[in-house]
Amino acid sequence: MTAISRRDFLRTSILSSVGLVIAFHVPVKARAAAPTHAKPPPPPNAFVRVAPDGSVTVLLAHSEMGQGIWTTLAMLIADELECDWSQVRVEHALAAPVYAHTVMGMQMTGGSTTTWSEFDRYRTVGAMARDMLVRAAAQRWKVAPERLRTERGWVIDGKRRLSYGELAAVAERLPAPQRVKLKPATDWKIIGKPTHRLDSPEKITGKARFGMDVAFPGLRTALVARAPVFGAKVRSFDATEAKGRPGVEQVVQVPSGVAVVARDFWSARNGRDALHVEWDLGPGAAIDTDSMLARYRELARRPGTVVETRGDCDAALAQAKRRIEAEFAVPYLAHATMEPMNCTVRIDGDRCEIWTGTQFQTNDQAAAAKIAGVPVDRVIVHTMFLGGGFGRRATPQSDFVSEAAHVARAAEVPVKVVWTREDDMRGGYYRPLFVHRIEAGLGDDGLPVAWKHTIVGQSILAGTPFEAMVKNGVDATSVEGVVDSPYLEAVRARHVSLHSPRNEVPVLWWRSVGNTHTAFAMESMIDEIAHAVGQDPLQFRAAMLKRKQRHLHALEIAAEQAGWGSRPPEGRARGLAVHESFGSIIAEVAEVSVDDRKRIHVHRVTCAVDCGLAVNPLGIEAQVQGAVAFGLGATLHSEITLKEGRVQQGNFHEYEVLRLDEMPEVSVHVIESKAKMGGIGEPATAPVSAAVANAVFALTGQRLRSLPLRLT
Amino acid sequence: MKLDVNGMAREIDVPGDTPLLWVLRDVLGCTGVKFGCGMALCGACTVHIDGRAVRSCTLPISAVGSQKVTTIEGLSADGSHPVQQAWAALDVVQCGYCQSGQIMSAAALLAENPQPSDADIDAALAGNLCRCGTYQRIREAVHDAASRMKRGAR
Repeated sequence: MTAISRRDFLRTSILSSVGLVIAFHVPVKARAAAPTHAKPPPPPNAFVRVAPDGSVTVLLAHSEMGQGIWTTLAMLIADELECDWSQVRVEHALAAPVYAHTVMGMQMTGGSTTTWSEFDRYRTVGAMARDMLVRAAAQRWKVAPERLRTERGWVIDGKRRLSYGELAAVAERLPAPQRVKLKPATDWKIIGKPTHRLDSPEKITGKARFGMDVAFPGLRTALVARAPVFGAKVRSFDATEAKGRPGVEQVVQVPSGVAVVARDFWSARNGRDALHVEWDLGPGAAIDTDSMLARYRELARRPGTVVETRGDCDAALAQAKRRIEAEFAVPYLAHATMEPMNCTVRIDGDRCEIWTGTQFQTNDQAAAAKIAGVPVDRVIVHTMFLGGGFGRRATPQSDFVSEAAHVARAAEVPVKVVWTREDDMRGGYYRPLFVHRIEAGLGDDGLPVAWKHTIVGQSILAGTPFEAMVKNGVDATSVEGVVDSPYLEAVRARHVSLHSPRNEVPVLWWRSVGNTHTAFAMESMIDEIAHAVGQDPLQFRAAMLKRKQRHLHALEIAAEQAGWGSRPPEGRARGLAVHESFGSIIAEVAEVSVDDRKRIHVHRVTCAVDCGLAVNPLGIEAQVQGAVAFGLGATLHSEITLKEGRVQQGNFHEYEVLRLDEMPEVSVHVIESKAKMGGIGEPATAPVSAAVANAVFALTGQRLRSLPLRLT
Repeated sequence: MKLDVNGMAREIDVPGDTPLLWVLRDVLGCTGVKFGCGMALCGACTVHIDGRAVRSCTLPISAVGSQKVTTIEGLSADGSHPVQQAWAALDVVQCGYCQSGQIMSAAALLAENPQPSDADIDAALAGNLCRCGTYQRIREAVHDAASRMKRGAR
């Protein structure tokens, strides 16, 4: 592995407090200014290895969690390297400063940033490796490198050729070039072409190794009895019975609870069932989401911390020809990744080794170093395939890694801490519950002239090591999608304020983060106003967005492809929404029906996507289909509720997600765009709730303002 | 206790209430079979027992007896089963965690019903959850696998 010095790590940590701001609230302007070109060239051997057998191994600085970067980042290198695509292999890199995110300064995966943030670095590395191979061939043939060309893993000089494999050993010893010229887009052979996933073979045969699959001699499995309510502490425990269960070896206390360490999962589970723990519950035992929602609705009627203000909003509202008020509410949501949380830790003297599916290597490495009492550069993080991430595997608290490190330290054996589904669902780190209250004042033409918007919900960053990123009392992840809304830009008098109540429930980013609720509130409200003034929802949006060419274009494409304006099939109606997030703009048209049991069925979702350059159109289609499905689960079913501090849902019969028989036909239209590249993992989740709610209104006349959508 | 897994006779020594899933994963090293819910609610642990799709997470090992257990590792030696080929051709997988279960459910469906309709596919696979939302390509891949099998059978 690449050596990591403590100083390097500290430097990275300091940088990161600035970098991560960019990570999660994703202001496009700040990103555009990111100095990605000014840095020295990366060491190519940290990112790509050409072996004597001709194979090319790409090392991923980011984590593959389904979003397809295993393929996309390899495409970037392979296009410049001009290697044989069938010879490309991919591995997760170990945690090291060299793999820090080019903008965020820490090794991590999130904010739909991987492809655009690595676009230059991975191509540069490919070009550097190619340059070295060409020079190696030039040396061998004693010719000028300029006369050589490359193709599919060969360096060619007229009729003679040398394979990359033959040249690899010599090339490796040559100095890396200080500058390389990247191909113009017209010369790309792989970038922009629909490209099949490189991880399919191992994922369809069961060979892909996830954190859950880690096994080695001497490894024990541990389950932890965690607090029944958030913030509770262990008062006492009785492990007599647990220790008597077959296979149970140890019972140890850790900060998060009591761990049962056993020879395998089933023994650990039986042991934990027999464990008796007394808890000091603390204030978390009073949490009740029904009363929380009522309190948030009250708060929403009072002004909060000012986020943005322009003009005299109250006066404009008072003078407006017509006023429309509405409140929108969304519940806590669990990520419910298919692979429950787990982490394997082995502490061996002054060395600590971690195997896990994580989105946040740098943070986890530092957290484990502290707990294991070893220097950061002695913590080796093996990133395994992630059985879904959606944000859950990037906790500022490094919760599941820290806990496993505590268990390994206390038990003094290598352990894999496995969470059951119930542990995972009740373990917190939810998308926060939010309430939005909007008062809009309309002018003579029906367009808003005043917009007063109050947002209520927990801050994701408050109380975490990244609290410093909350600026002037505003956590950008709470308001993204409102403050930067193109609709608000068109309103003369506007006022956005925020309440960030605190409580014991741990909250976190969840695929598309703040946009999950802001897009629902904004796009439902716009639709509500359009109907109130008797305008077609598409025409009304077009009137508000007339200076926003990308939004308009996406809307037009989605509407056209969905047959907007034509009569939908009998018993169905359509609704639309458009939202920009993570640098990409997505318009969606949902076509729905309602059955006699008042259940909502979503038949089609037509998506128009402007994400700038489309590096892998096949992957983009998959991400948009998947993000729509993820959002539809929350639109139609999912909800985490608490009573007396206890999470009421434990498994998939109580926390429902989208199933195959509910999957609509999702068509994805990628717009050819010259805009700066945006993200694609998250943006399509944001607009779908509003698109469906707007369609339900068109069909039934019922305006549903709370998620999940429930008809009465 | 004897167990027939992927055509091999295996001798195991575990309590009779241990679910088949944990015998496969922790004792026999068949980690392609996944743990997702432990309550037969998500389908990630799906295996074949005498050719039928069964959730291994709630099946006690004592109930397996001499029936033949097939896991994703035993579906084909090299990913060449028509369902696996269709999965690769249509680029179905994303995170991949649920896909062993999806593939095993699809293979069992096609063994019984070589030309399933969308409704048949919905009925057979609605119990296999995928949080990445690969459902649309799964549906297409099941149809694709059906035509591969038809061509292969000719």
